[in-house]
Amino acid sequence: MMSSKALGLSASLRAATFTPKILRNQAVLRNIVQRRTVQTTSYPASKATEILNQQRLRRPSSPHFTIYQPQLTWIPSIFNRITGVGLSVLLYGFSLAYLVAPGTFDSVHVVEFVAGLPDAVKLAGKTILAAPFAFHSLNGIRHLAWDMGKFMTVKGCYNTIYAVLGGTVASTLALVFYM
Amino acid sequence: MQSLLTQAPRFAARRLPNAARALSTTPARAQAVPTEKPVLMKEFKIYRWNPDEPEKKPTLQSYKIDLNQTGPMLLDALIKIKNEIDPTLTFRRSCREGICGSCAMNIDGQNTLACLCRIDRNTGKDTKVYPLPHMYIVKDLVPDLTLFYKQYKSIQPYLQNDNPPEKGEFIQSQEDRKKLDGLYECILCACCSTSCPSYWWNQDEYLGPATLMQAYRWIADSRDSYGAERKEKLQNEMSMYRCHTIFNCSRTCPKGLNPAAAIAKIKLELAAE
Repeated sequence: MMSSKALGLSASLRAATFTPKILRNQAVLRNIVQRRTVQTTSYPASKATEILNQQRLRRPSSPHFTIYQPQLTWIPSIFNRITGVGLSVLLYGFSLAYLVAPGTFDSVHVVEFVAGLPDAVKLAGKTILAAPFAFHSLNGIRHLAWDMGKFMTVKGCYNTIYAVLGGTVASTLALVFYM
Repeated sequence: MQSLLTQAPRFAARRLPNAARALSTTPARAQAVPTEKPVLMKEFKIYRWNPDEPEKKPTLQSYKIDLNQTGPMLLDALIKIKNEIDPTLTFRRSCREGICGSCAMNIDGQNTLACLCRIDRNTGKDTKVYPLPHMYIVKDLVPDLTLFYKQYKSIQPYLQNDNPPEKGEFIQSQEDRKKLDGLYECILCACCSTSCPSYWWNQDEYLGPATLMQAYRWIADSRDSYGAERKEKLQNEMSMYRCHTIFNCSRTCPKGLNPAAAIAKIKLELAAE
């Protein structure tokens, strides 16, 4: 008795002595006393691919441009694309229109039409034409520099976009007020 | 006599607390009180989707935890939420020190590793946690990276050389070894590829920055003799030329690497052919 007391075993020994033998068996305890309430189904391993494919069909695609932080990396890139498409549509549209109806879209008629507009419309129209042109041209130079391997760091990317944006403002103002 | 007998126990009872106090080490008022940090509740909004209820649309679920009882990194917050609030919250994590790449996710709009991302302690603003963008979601913050790994496999990311040295190992000069710095450190967490708008729209054909940087890692290796074949594989409209130098990849890389520059170098080498 003294030895078990020294080891601190007396309490557990006493407990084991007085519990019924069946409850001392851990496996029995798990299976009978603490039976799981969750029902499980067993599938053969061959069904794995089918289950996976069923899951794959229903997986949602995670959100992307709606949640991505607006950064001076991808936002100007989108505007480069938009301004490029806009300027191309304008160039091709005007050229094709001139081809179809040379009488209506020649320089004389265009100049006459613009001269008849109010000043506010003239200014707004010039800005709408000048800003995308300035931005797309300057950003095009930035892309040429990149293609030569220049400014190919995050810092270079940011410094050049600041330069492009500053240049866009300056050249837009110059085009609107001095042209 | 009567009075003495009745008074004696009362006297003993009055003395006992005094005796107990004398035995204790320090009076309570002199003990150092552990400084209680103020409660700093912060709201986290986390993307949830459960494959067992696929008809339910993905939602943002809100959790509030005390930042002063949480570790400094966002992964600590996620683990705390999973341990103490919602054990069904699912995310990948392993090393908690930015070398395994498991916990890559979109935190406050930027792709990064949750274990390397400090929690914004501004409690006025919630922190939004999404899985990596434009990926199929297995559950909650776990994206399906099968295609990403297949793309990586497709560039044959291993040394290929038909003429191995007769004896010993491949010898490489220090200058040639230096060319691999900034390339080999990639942990394939997929932060860069899933931040790339080109990869969002064309990931079925465009390889994406992570894979392309590894392609360049093997092209640049002086011990590899399959450079021409490797470049030939990229010589088409989709595999690499969908890169429009947007720079989201380098901007977001949690390891500070520069995939955009690696792709630019492949472009230069292909143009020189």
